Amino acid sequence: MTVSHNNYVGRPIPRTEDPRLLRGNGCFVDDMHRLGTLHAVIVRSQIAHGHLRSIDASRALLIPGVCAVLTAADIKSEIGVLPFRIAPLEGAEPFRQPVIASKRVRYVGEPVAIVIAESRAIAEDAAEVVDVSIEQIEPVPDVTAARSGQSYLFEEQRTNVASRYQIGRGKAQAAFEKAAYTRREQFSVQRHTAMPMEMRGLLAEWNSQTEHMTVWGAAKVPFFNRKVLAGMLGLPNEKVDLIELDVGGAFGVRGEFYPEDFLVPFASRHLGRPVKWQEDRREHMMATNHSREIYCDVEIACSSDGLILALRAQVIADLGAYVGTSGGILASRAGQFLAGPYRIPDIDLDILSIVTNKTPAGSYRGPGRFESSFFRERLFDMVARDFGIDGLEFRRRNLISQSELPYDIGQLVPYEGPTSYECGDYLGVLQDCAKAIGWTEKASIRGRRIDGKYHGLGFGCFVDSSGAGPKENATLRIEKSGSVSVSVGSSALGQGIETAHAQICADQLRIPMDRISISHGSTTLLSEGFGSFHSRSMIMGGNAIVAASVNMIETLKARAAKYWGIPLSDVTYEDGHLRTSGRRLLSLAELACTVDGPLEAFGSFGTKMKPFGYGSHAAHVAVDVDTGHVEVVDYVAFEDVGRMINPMIVHGQKIGAIVQGLGGVFLEHLMYDDRAQLLTGSLADYLLPIATDFLNIRAVALDLTRTTRNPLGVKGAGEDAIAPVAGVIGNAIADALTSFGVEPRNLPITPPTLWRLIHQSRGGAVA
Amino acid sequence: MEHAIALLGQYQGEARIIAGGQSLIPMLAYRLAAPAALIDIGRLADLATIRLDDQGLSIGSLTRWCDIQCSTEIRKNHPLLHDAIGHVAHYQIRNRGTIGGSLAHCDPAAECPAVVLACQGEIIVQGSNGTRSVRAEDFFQGLLSTDLQDDEVITAIKLPPWNPKRLWAFNEFSRRTGDFALAGVAIHFEMVSDCISVPSIVGFGVGDRALVLRATQDALEFNAPEPETIARAISIAREEIDPPVDPHAPPDYRRALFGVLLKRALKEALGRNRGLMS
Amino acid sequence: MNLQDVSFSVNGELLKVQVEPRRTLADCLRHDLRLTGTHVGCEHGVCGACTVIVNDAAVRSCLLLAVQVDGWAIRTVESLASGEQLSPLQQAFQDNHALQCGFCTPGILMTAQALLESEPDANNERIVEVLSGHICRCTGYLPIIKAIAQARDVINSGRQITR
Repeated sequence: MTVSHNNYVGRPIPRTEDPRLLRGNGCFVDDMHRLGTLHAVIVRSQIAHGHLRSIDASRALLIPGVCAVLTAADIKSEIGVLPFRIAPLEGAEPFRQPVIASKRVRYVGEPVAIVIAESRAIAEDAAEVVDVSIEQIEPVPDVTAARSGQSYLFEEQRTNVASRYQIGRGKAQAAFEKAAYTRREQFSVQRHTAMPMEMRGLLAEWNSQTEHMTVWGAAKVPFFNRKVLAGMLGLPNEKVDLIELDVGGAFGVRGEFYPEDFLVPFASRHLGRPVKWQEDRREHMMATNHSREIYCDVEIACSSDGLILALRAQVIADLGAYVGTSGGILASRAGQFLAGPYRIPDIDLDILSIVTNKTPAGSYRGPGRFESSFFRERLFDMVARDFGIDGLEFRRRNLISQSELPYDIGQLVPYEGPTSYECGDYLGVLQDCAKAIGWTEKASIRGRRIDGKYHGLGFGCFVDSSGAGPKENATLRIEKSGSVSVSVGSSALGQGIETAHAQICADQLRIPMDRISISHGSTTLLSEGFGSFHSRSMIMGGNAIVAASVNMIETLKARAAKYWGIPLSDVTYEDGHLRTSGRRLLSLAELACTVDGPLEAFGSFGTKMKPFGYGSHAAHVAVDVDTGHVEVVDYVAFEDVGRMINPMIVHGQKIGAIVQGLGGVFLEHLMYDDRAQLLTGSLADYLLPIATDFLNIRAVALDLTRTTRNPLGVKGAGEDAIAPVAGVIGNAIADALTSFGVEPRNLPITPPTLWRLIHQSRGGAVA
Repeated sequence: MEHAIALLGQYQGEARIIAGGQSLIPMLAYRLAAPAALIDIGRLADLATIRLDDQGLSIGSLTRWCDIQCSTEIRKNHPLLHDAIGHVAHYQIRNRGTIGGSLAHCDPAAECPAVVLACQGEIIVQGSNGTRSVRAEDFFQGLLSTDLQDDEVITAIKLPPWNPKRLWAFNEFSRRTGDFALAGVAIHFEMVSDCISVPSIVGFGVGDRALVLRATQDALEFNAPEPETIARAISIAREEIDPPVDPHAPPDYRRALFGVLLKRALKEALGRNRGLMS
Repeated sequence: MNLQDVSFSVNGELLKVQVEPRRTLADCLRHDLRLTGTHVGCEHGVCGACTVIVNDAAVRSCLLLAVQVDGWAIRTVESLASGEQLSPLQQAFQDNHALQCGFCTPGILMTAQALLESEPDANNERIVEVLSGHICRCTGYLPIIKAIAQARDVINSGRQITR
């Protein structure tokens, strides 16, 4: 299949989405108003663990304007359970979440009832006076408690380990026995999450005449969710539609199937009226997926000349109360990506997913990559120090070289087959990055105190896959005006697919981009779609549009041939026109007007071979040892993303991802007390980066090596940049504080925690 | 104001005053407060004036942060206050929040109570029993708690004239710009015969309210600012404060942090001396 | 339910509504007046998504009750463009890829608009300071700073203060 010359692909085309969003004409779900809409508020458990004894809604029902208070008892069919969408782990099925608590509650925030009223304010008033009686059970606030056996979330399982497996490659044990050098360390990443600016919301409308359910506010994977919802409502798929509107950020947490995705439509059908639900921020913090809380006990074996022989590690993810739709993604990917872009023949992994009485955890941008890069890159710097060699040199010795790629990594997750890293120049990009941070020029300031602060430099290298399968679909339709309507199964999350997909289509059809409109996500558009996650919108959606465009050109030629009554071979397609010798010419509009019925073509693309992007980041930090404050003086990111559809959009993803990563390193933390009560309840507690925090970031996206794993030659670019951030900063801080012997092993690195590390290392106050 | 006070009395504790609303409305949104009525005094224009004369500075309680920040009189004549305001919240909050509202709210990590305390200010309060003046250190009584009675409203804040010979500094440490301080200090003093005179040292974020650190002041007064004197004062200050137990910032960290901020503040203030003398 | 009459101008048009006293200005604009460009990201005054201009000052509409703005002049994001034409500020945002999901954008636009009206020579440091009252999760802020600086320069060179 040939991919055509570019007028648009590869250029920083301004986004099609922007004018409406800039005018305030976007349509986010809470902006929708349907006649007769009622408002729902979810009553949530305020106890982390207990037997749900009774729910008394009598006081609530007395409030004027309250229509209903629904509980598990009102669901006549079996209470639905959230399925695994990805990363299914054997044995984890009993740990899935019911759409509403019926006998037991397992986290603060778990839905126990849904109140429906004439207004949101009245529904909130009513929710306050719904009396929920819970008999407390000893809570399990963390993985240590979970493994102690004092209390089980799922009694029949007699364990809080939802899943455990061993996986690896080579013969790690033998390597360790023979190794000249080993080192073992424990690391951890704190519980934090995506925190998009728009919170979750849904508007569900049941049409009792057509027996059709429409739900607005879908995101990420509407087709999968439609199937789940239809099943739970006892309806065929065609009777349920999920409509995607504008989405205020997702980063993995919005768009998974949650209890509310059943409860709100259920309420609409129950009452025969549209029902709208909009989360508020405090609710969002306890009800939308958490992420990142992973513990790693890792040991490395090296030869006497600093070559890595083997890694073995135990990786534990604290999944909260249930294993949700993201399955075992956190621990499994952390294990898979622990080795990173390095030559490590022997690996042994023990992967545990543990339940605790906290909000369930799922995918958040680069799940398992952010965490494992921190574990690995920190460990490598410690090892380099032991060997008395520079961190850069250690990486040079151990990065997979260009000639070794593709590099077979074996099977490192149980739910996917073996795979390999693709071609790339890991070392070359690392060296570019080193130059950009001023590795040589700044050598003299490393570990030194200048103007009251200690300066340090740090690196991190990563590799990441993108483009999860199985496939994506797209249809093209030529309208009678000659414009082209594209429907694609990819979902918009703020990442600009309306622009990038139009660029691709425009270059395929060789027509001006402003004649193309992209409709995305909603189940009304296609019979089957797969959505946006694991950075797949360009790989899967983009290539599906290519396929559909190619098919469209064939369809156009066939129709023109028929119209002219000439053989197909006499027809050519050129820049939006059908031609034949003898100067006959038809525009798209003309051809669309001549045919009966729509002028449409379908295309699909699928592959199991994921491309792998890679890169190196570096940072220069200045540490105030008296306050524990860390200034990020400079941060550079170099990544080989291959072909870029829209370099402006790619660059925007990089900067955004890096700032999110820095938030995860320094600021963000979902904190629980020892009764598993969530202490973080507002954006005054959950600290997100603001404009004054990280002003010195430079991201360079390189088109060095193109993947051969899809026709467009694209890799995903939305997530990678978050992966190495924590390792880079941890290393830079350790470098700055070499004279103190401080080694950050745990995130977040806050002023008080860093201060404590500094003072513990020196045994007292530093003047 | 009389009407507002009468309404307060009428509602017998079930009504709250709203001025800028920047602290109160989040509490309503979180359902931490559910008053039967709100008495909106935001439009009492005569309470939003700034007056400077030889009696001192008088700021009406409804004066907004942005107006205090823009006031040339305050910038020229009350540098400590001017400097502190820049640290309060954010631009958008400063467009609505009032000085009276902040003082009535009495957050232990807020800048304004600390500055008013450091400047030995007075808070003028009006109630059904008339008007009274309360010294700042009597007004701020504890965590989110002041001397305001149920039927009283702050009408003005008075600061005595600022001595231009003063050396001063304001220093705080917060996680991000505009956040409440983990610790902060507002100080001023004069130099008399090369010795520190009439020091005022106030800490905030390090107790249940802004604190006048008397022992620290005593350790500095009448002494030359030699390193040993400063070190001793800082050591006393670290013990004199009363930091809360807080998962974000444990007491030992806050004590150390406060010591650092005070040291830097003293250095900054003394640095102004060279400016004054030249 | 006790409703109060309030009237205020929104984007130059005088409007009357009947609202409960507890109705925030944000909810009133969004749901009573159907001006959904202003967004609600937290309801406690931290994120800035709800920022509008009230009497020429940028303020959080989630921290104002609708009944408090009687007789005042409110401007929302819907006032910035002139017909088909984006304002120089909006255009600068598009030029610099200063928005991704667009949810926080209207609030930031209104802060920038208020800033450039009252401080047309605001330097980059001032822009960053004022922008620090907003949370954006998508862009990492750097393109937004560039966009506001570009708008400042375009407006000053063209000497057109758009209101």
